[in-house]
Amino acid sequence: MEVEVNFIVRFLNWLASFEPKVLVLAASAIGAGLAMIAGIGPGIGQGYAAGKSTEMVGRRPKHQSSVVRVMLLGQAVAQTTGIYALIIALVLMFANPLLKLL
Amino acid sequence: MEGGFGPTVVFEVAGIQVTETVTVTWFIMAVLIIFSILVTRNLKKVPGPVQSVVETTVSAINNLTAQTMGEDKMGFAPYMGTLLIYLAVANLIGLIGMRPPTADVNTTMSLAMMTFVLIHINGARSKGVGGYLKSFAEPLAPLLPLNIIGELANPISLGFRLFGNIVGGLVIMSLVYGGLESLSTSLLGSSIPPILSAGIPAVLHVYFDMFAGVLQSFIFTMLTMVYIAMAMD
Repeated sequence: MEVEVNFIVRFLNWLASFEPKVLVLAASAIGAGLAMIAGIGPGIGQGYAAGKSTEMVGRRPKHQSSVVRVMLLGQAVAQTTGIYALIIALVLMFANPLLKLL
Repeated sequence: MEGGFGPTVVFEVAGIQVTETVTVTWFIMAVLIIFSILVTRNLKKVPGPVQSVVETTVSAINNLTAQTMGEDKMGFAPYMGTLLIYLAVANLIGLIGMRPPTADVNTTMSLAMMTFVLIHINGARSKGVGGYLKSFAEPLAPLLPLNIIGELANPISLGFRLFGNIVGGLVIMSLVYGGLESLSTSLLGSSIPPILSAGIPAVLHVYFDMFAGVLQSFIFTMLTMVYIAMAMD
Protein backbone atom coordinates (compact mmCIF):
# COMPACT_ATOMS: atom_id res chain seq x y z
CA MET A 1 0.00 0.00 0.00
CA GLU A 2 2.83 2.33 0.91
CA VAL A 3 4.45 1.82 -2.49
CA GLU A 4 1.24 2.54 -4.34
CA VAL A 5 0.62 5.84 -2.54
CA ASN A 6 4.18 6.84 -3.29
CA PHE A 7 3.57 6.07 -6.94
CA ILE A 8 0.47 8.24 -7.07
CA VAL A 9 2.29 11.10 -5.35
CA ARG A 10 5.17 10.71 -7.76
CA PHE A 11 2.78 10.78 -10.70
CA LEU A 12 1.05 13.92 -9.41
CA ASN A 13 4.39 15.60 -8.84
CA TRP A 14 5.40 14.66 -12.37
CA LEU A 15 2.17 16.18 -13.70
CA ALA A 16 2.69 19.33 -11.63
CA SER A 17 6.13 19.77 -13.16
CA PHE A 18 4.51 20.81 -16.45
CA GLU A 19 3.02 24.17 -17.27
CA PRO A 20 -0.76 24.15 -16.73
CA LYS A 21 -1.39 25.28 -20.30
CA VAL A 22 0.53 22.31 -21.69
CA LEU A 23 -1.46 19.94 -19.51
CA VAL A 24 -4.79 21.43 -20.58
CA LEU A 25 -3.79 21.29 -24.25
CA ALA A 26 -2.66 17.67 -24.01
CA ALA A 27 -5.81 16.64 -22.16
CA SER A 28 -7.95 18.50 -24.73
CA ALA A 29 -6.28 16.68 -27.60
CA ILE A 30 -6.90 13.32 -25.90
CA GLY A 31 -10.47 14.39 -25.15
CA ALA A 32 -11.08 15.34 -28.79
CA GLY A 33 -9.92 11.90 -29.84
CA LEU A 34 -12.11 10.23 -27.25
CA ALA A 35 -15.12 12.32 -28.30
CA MET A 36 -14.83 11.03 -31.84
CA ILE A 37 -15.38 7.45 -30.59
CA ALA A 38 -19.04 8.49 -30.86
CA GLY A 39 -18.57 8.08 -34.62
CA ILE A 40 -19.11 4.35 -34.15
CA GLY A 41 -22.80 4.78 -33.40
CA PRO A 42 -23.89 6.78 -36.46
CA GLY A 43 -21.69 4.54 -38.61
CA ILE A 44 -23.51 1.42 -37.50
CA GLY A 45 -26.89 3.13 -37.76
CA GLN A 46 -26.31 4.57 -41.21
CA GLY A 47 -24.96 1.27 -42.47
CA TYR A 48 -28.01 -0.52 -41.15
CA ALA A 49 -30.33 1.97 -42.87
CA ALA A 50 -28.40 1.66 -46.12
CA GLY A 51 -28.51 -2.14 -45.94
CA LYS A 52 -32.24 -2.19 -45.31
CA SER A 53 -32.96 0.22 -48.14
CA THR A 54 -30.74 -1.78 -50.50
CA GLU A 55 -32.80 -4.82 -49.60
CA MET A 56 -35.99 -2.91 -50.33
CA VAL A 57 -34.72 -1.52 -53.64
CA GLY A 58 -33.78 -5.06 -54.65
CA ARG A 59 -37.25 -6.23 -53.87
CA ARG A 60 -39.06 -3.27 -55.49
CA PRO A 61 -36.79 -1.50 -57.99
CA LYS A 62 -39.71 0.68 -59.08
CA HIS A 63 -39.68 2.62 -55.81
CA GLN A 64 -35.95 3.28 -55.81
CA SER A 65 -36.10 7.08 -55.83
CA SER A 66 -38.47 7.40 -52.90
CA VAL A 67 -36.64 4.70 -50.90
CA VAL A 68 -33.31 6.45 -51.44
CA ARG A 69 -34.81 9.79 -50.44
CA VAL A 70 -36.25 8.44 -47.20
CA MET A 71 -32.97 6.62 -46.50
CA LEU A 72 -30.92 9.81 -46.91
CA LEU A 73 -33.30 11.70 -44.64
CA GLY A 74 -33.12 9.02 -41.96
CA GLN A 75 -29.36 8.83 -42.21
CA ALA A 76 -29.12 12.60 -41.83
CA VAL A 77 -31.10 12.44 -38.61
CA ALA A 78 -29.05 9.46 -37.40
CA GLN A 79 -25.89 11.44 -38.07
CA THR A 80 -26.78 14.06 -35.47
CA THR A 81 -24.93 12.41 -32.57
CA GLY A 82 -21.81 12.03 -34.69
CA ILE A 83 -21.98 15.69 -35.64
CA TYR A 84 -22.33 16.67 -31.98
CA ALA A 85 -19.18 14.65 -31.24
CA LEU A 86 -17.40 16.39 -34.12
CA ILE A 87 -18.44 19.79 -32.77
CA ILE A 88 -17.11 18.87 -29.31
CA ALA A 89 -13.84 17.72 -30.86
CA LEU A 90 -13.53 20.89 -32.96
CA VAL A 91 -14.26 23.10 -29.95
CA LEU A 92 -11.63 21.27 -27.89
CA MET A 93 -9.08 21.59 -30.67
CA PHE A 94 -9.64 25.10 -32.00
CA ALA A 95 -11.77 27.14 -29.58
CA ASN A 96 -10.80 25.65 -26.25
CA PRO A 97 -12.92 27.14 -23.45
CA LEU A 98 -10.77 25.49 -20.76
CA LEU A 99 -7.73 27.62 -21.57
CA LYS A 100 -9.61 30.73 -20.47
CA LEU A 101 -10.05 29.29 -17.00
CA LEU A 102 -6.31 29.19 -16.33
CA MET B 1 -4.18 25.27 -32.22
CA GLU B 2 -4.30 29.06 -31.97
CA GLY B 3 -6.39 30.77 -34.63
CA GLY B 4 -8.13 27.66 -35.82
CA PHE B 5 -10.13 27.45 -39.02
CA GLY B 6 -12.37 30.49 -38.62
CA PRO B 7 -13.00 32.93 -41.46
CA THR B 8 -10.53 35.78 -41.90
CA VAL B 9 -11.66 39.36 -41.43
CA VAL B 10 -11.63 41.13 -44.81
CA PHE B 11 -12.30 44.71 -43.65
CA GLU B 12 -13.89 46.57 -40.80
CA VAL B 13 -16.70 49.13 -40.96
CA ALA B 14 -17.38 51.21 -37.83
CA GLY B 15 -16.18 48.45 -35.52
CA ILE B 16 -18.14 45.71 -37.27
CA GLN B 17 -15.87 43.03 -38.65
CA VAL B 18 -16.82 41.93 -42.16
CA THR B 19 -15.51 38.40 -42.56
CA GLU B 20 -14.87 36.24 -45.58
CA THR B 21 -18.21 34.52 -44.94
CA VAL B 22 -20.13 37.74 -45.54
CA THR B 23 -18.21 38.76 -48.66
CA VAL B 24 -18.52 35.30 -50.23
CA THR B 25 -22.24 35.36 -49.41
CA TRP B 26 -22.54 38.72 -51.17
CA PHE B 27 -20.74 37.24 -54.15
CA ILE B 28 -23.12 34.25 -54.26
CA MET B 29 -26.13 36.56 -53.90
CA ALA B 30 -24.91 38.75 -56.77
CA VAL B 31 -24.23 35.74 -59.00
CA LEU B 32 -27.62 34.16 -58.28
CA ILE B 33 -29.54 37.42 -58.75
CA ILE B 34 -27.79 38.29 -62.02
CA PHE B 35 -28.21 34.70 -63.26
CA SER B 36 -31.93 34.71 -62.42
CA ILE B 37 -32.52 38.05 -64.12
CA LEU B 38 -30.58 37.05 -67.25
CA VAL B 39 -32.25 33.67 -67.55
CA THR B 40 -35.84 34.85 -67.07
CA ARG B 41 -35.54 38.07 -69.11
CA ASN B 42 -37.26 36.99 -72.31
CA LEU B 43 -39.17 33.76 -71.78
CA LYS B 44 -40.69 32.25 -74.90
CA LYS B 45 -43.59 29.91 -75.51
CA VAL B 46 -41.26 27.39 -77.18
CA PRO B 47 -38.29 27.10 -74.79
CA GLY B 48 -34.73 27.40 -75.99
CA PRO B 49 -31.91 25.35 -74.44
CA VAL B 50 -31.35 27.66 -71.45
CA GLN B 51 -35.03 28.08 -70.76
CA SER B 52 -35.68 24.32 -70.80
CA VAL B 53 -32.95 23.76 -68.20
CA VAL B 54 -34.50 26.46 -66.02
CA GLU B 55 -37.97 25.01 -66.49
CA THR B 56 -36.73 21.52 -65.56
CA THR B 57 -35.11 22.88 -62.40
CA VAL B 58 -38.20 24.80 -61.34
CA SER B 59 -40.54 21.88 -61.99
CA ALA B 60 -38.18 19.52 -60.12
CA ILE B 61 -38.30 21.83 -57.09
CA ASN B 62 -42.08 22.12 -57.38
CA ASN B 63 -42.42 18.34 -57.59
CA LEU B 64 -40.14 17.84 -54.58
CA THR B 65 -42.18 20.31 -52.53
CA ALA B 66 -45.47 18.78 -53.62
CA GLN B 67 -44.28 15.26 -52.78
CA THR B 68 -42.76 16.14 -49.42
CA MET B 69 -45.16 18.76 -48.08
CA GLY B 70 -48.35 17.99 -49.98
CA GLU B 71 -50.14 19.83 -52.77
CA ASP B 72 -51.76 22.31 -50.40
CA LYS B 73 -48.41 23.78 -49.26
CA MET B 74 -47.05 24.71 -52.68
CA GLY B 75 -46.58 28.29 -51.47
CA PHE B 76 -43.35 27.17 -49.81
CA ALA B 77 -41.81 26.05 -53.10
CA PRO B 78 -40.04 29.38 -53.90
CA TYR B 79 -38.43 29.56 -50.45
CA MET B 80 -37.35 25.92 -50.59
CA GLY B 81 -35.95 26.35 -54.08
CA THR B 82 -34.00 29.42 -53.03
CA LEU B 83 -32.67 27.59 -49.97
CA LEU B 84 -31.66 24.56 -52.03
CA ILE B 85 -29.92 26.55 -54.77
CA TYR B 86 -28.20 28.93 -52.33
CA LEU B 87 -26.92 26.08 -50.16
CA ALA B 88 -25.77 24.04 -53.15
CA VAL B 89 -23.84 27.00 -54.58
CA ALA B 90 -22.48 27.91 -51.15
CA ASN B 91 -21.23 24.37 -50.53
CA LEU B 92 -19.76 24.02 -54.02
CA ILE B 93 -17.93 27.35 -53.97
CA GLY B 94 -14.96 25.64 -52.31
CA LEU B 95 -14.21 24.21 -55.75
CA ILE B 96 -13.21 27.62 -57.13
CA GLY B 97 -11.02 28.35 -54.15
CA MET B 98 -13.34 30.44 -51.98
CA ARG B 99 -14.23 29.60 -48.42
CA PRO B 100 -17.75 28.11 -48.23
CA PRO B 101 -19.98 30.44 -46.17
CA THR B 102 -21.63 27.36 -44.68
CA ALA B 103 -18.34 26.56 -42.94
CA ASP B 104 -19.26 29.34 -40.52
CA VAL B 105 -21.65 28.55 -37.71
CA ASN B 106 -23.28 32.01 -38.06
CA THR B 107 -24.61 31.21 -41.55
CA THR B 108 -25.93 27.76 -40.75
CA MET B 109 -27.46 28.77 -37.43
CA SER B 110 -29.22 31.78 -38.96
CA LEU B 111 -30.67 29.54 -41.67
CA ALA B 112 -31.74 27.08 -38.96
CA MET B 113 -33.32 29.97 -37.02
CA MET B 114 -35.30 30.93 -40.14
CA THR B 115 -36.53 27.34 -40.31
CA PHE B 116 -37.43 27.45 -36.61
CA VAL B 117 -39.47 30.63 -37.00
CA LEU B 118 -41.19 29.24 -40.10
CA ILE B 119 -42.09 26.01 -38.28
CA HIS B 120 -43.76 27.74 -35.36
CA ILE B 121 -45.40 30.63 -37.21
CA ASN B 122 -46.94 28.26 -39.75
CA GLY B 123 -47.90 25.72 -37.10
CA ALA B 124 -49.69 28.43 -35.12
CA ARG B 125 -51.29 29.79 -38.29
CA SER B 126 -52.74 26.49 -39.45
CA LYS B 127 -53.88 25.14 -36.07
CA GLY B 128 -54.63 28.37 -34.25
CA VAL B 129 -52.41 29.59 -31.41
CA GLY B 130 -54.29 27.70 -28.69
CA GLY B 131 -54.46 24.47 -30.62
CA TYR B 132 -50.82 24.71 -31.54
CA LEU B 133 -49.74 25.29 -27.95
CA LYS B 134 -51.93 22.38 -26.88
CA SER B 135 -50.18 20.11 -29.39
CA PHE B 136 -47.02 20.33 -27.27
CA ALA B 137 -48.81 18.57 -24.43
CA GLU B 138 -49.65 15.54 -26.56
CA PRO B 139 -49.96 12.61 -26.15
CA LEU B 140 -49.70 13.23 -22.38
CA ALA B 141 -49.42 16.45 -20.37
CA PRO B 142 -46.28 15.32 -18.44
CA LEU B 143 -44.41 15.09 -21.76
CA LEU B 144 -44.59 18.90 -22.18
CA PRO B 145 -40.97 19.68 -21.15
CA LEU B 146 -39.64 16.85 -23.29
CA ASN B 147 -41.55 18.12 -26.33
CA ILE B 148 -40.28 21.67 -25.77
CA ILE B 149 -36.68 20.44 -25.46
CA GLY B 150 -37.15 18.41 -28.63
CA GLU B 151 -38.45 21.47 -30.49
CA LEU B 152 -35.52 23.58 -29.28
CA ALA B 153 -33.04 20.87 -30.31
CA ASN B 154 -34.32 20.87 -33.90
CA PRO B 155 -32.67 24.10 -35.13
CA ILE B 156 -29.48 23.34 -33.20
CA SER B 157 -29.06 19.93 -34.80
CA LEU B 158 -30.11 21.32 -38.19
CA GLY B 159 -27.53 24.10 -38.08
CA PHE B 160 -24.73 22.01 -36.62
CA ARG B 161 -25.32 19.18 -39.10
CA LEU B 162 -24.61 21.40 -42.09
CA PHE B 163 -21.78 23.22 -40.29
CA GLY B 164 -20.17 20.00 -39.06
CA ASN B 165 -20.26 18.32 -42.45
CA ILE B 166 -18.81 21.27 -44.35
CA VAL B 167 -16.24 22.16 -41.70
CA GLY B 168 -15.19 18.52 -41.33
CA GLY B 169 -14.50 18.42 -45.07
CA LEU B 170 -12.66 21.75 -44.87
CA VAL B 171 -10.44 20.58 -41.98
CA ILE B 172 -9.66 17.25 -43.64
CA MET B 173 -8.89 18.97 -46.96
CA SER B 174 -6.54 21.47 -45.33
CA LEU B 175 -4.82 18.63 -43.42
CA VAL B 176 -4.36 16.69 -46.67
CA TYR B 177 -3.00 19.76 -48.47
CA GLY B 178 -0.58 20.50 -45.66
CA GLY B 179 0.54 16.87 -45.43
CA LEU B 180 1.10 16.53 -49.18
CA GLU B 181 3.00 19.80 -49.25
CA SER B 182 5.40 18.78 -46.51
CA LEU B 183 5.72 15.29 -48.03
CA SER B 184 6.73 16.66 -51.42
CA THR B 185 9.12 19.11 -49.75
CA SER B 186 10.83 16.32 -47.84
CA LEU B 187 10.92 13.97 -50.85
CA LEU B 188 11.87 16.36 -53.63
CA GLY B 189 13.46 19.25 -51.76
CA SER B 190 12.15 22.73 -51.28
CA SER B 191 13.46 24.06 -54.60
CA ILE B 192 10.68 22.32 -56.58
CA PRO B 193 7.11 23.59 -56.02
CA PRO B 194 4.94 21.06 -54.11
CA ILE B 195 3.75 19.02 -57.09
CA LEU B 196 2.27 16.19 -55.00
CA SER B 197 -0.58 18.44 -53.81
CA ALA B 198 -1.60 19.17 -57.41
CA GLY B 199 -3.61 16.11 -58.44
CA ILE B 200 -4.15 13.83 -55.47
CA PRO B 201 -6.67 15.98 -53.50
CA ALA B 202 -9.03 16.08 -56.51
CA VAL B 203 -10.58 12.76 -55.46
CA LEU B 204 -11.26 14.13 -51.98
CA HIS B 205 -12.70 17.33 -53.47
CA VAL B 206 -15.19 15.21 -55.42
CA TYR B 207 -16.36 13.58 -52.20
CA PHE B 208 -16.17 16.38 -49.62
CA ASP B 209 -17.14 19.33 -51.77
CA MET B 210 -19.38 17.91 -54.48
CA PHE B 211 -21.06 14.82 -53.00
CA ALA B 212 -21.31 15.86 -49.36
CA GLY B 213 -22.07 19.49 -50.24
CA VAL B 214 -24.96 18.74 -52.58
CA LEU B 215 -26.26 16.00 -50.28
CA GLN B 216 -26.20 18.26 -47.23
CA SER B 217 -27.98 21.11 -49.01
CA PHE B 218 -30.64 18.63 -50.15
CA ILE B 219 -30.97 17.25 -46.62
CA PHE B 220 -31.23 20.71 -45.05
CA THR B 221 -34.03 21.63 -47.46
CA MET B 222 -35.80 18.28 -47.03
CA LEU B 223 -35.68 18.50 -43.23
CA THR B 224 -37.00 22.07 -43.34
CA MET B 225 -39.90 20.93 -45.51
CA VAL B 226 -40.63 17.91 -43.33
CA TYR B 227 -40.56 19.92 -40.09
CA ILE B 228 -42.86 22.63 -41.47
CA ALA B 229 -45.28 20.08 -42.93
CA MET B 230 -45.30 18.16 -39.64
CA ALA B 231 -46.07 21.31 -37.64
CA MET B 232 -48.89 22.27 -40.01
CA ASP B 233 -50.69 18.92 -40.27
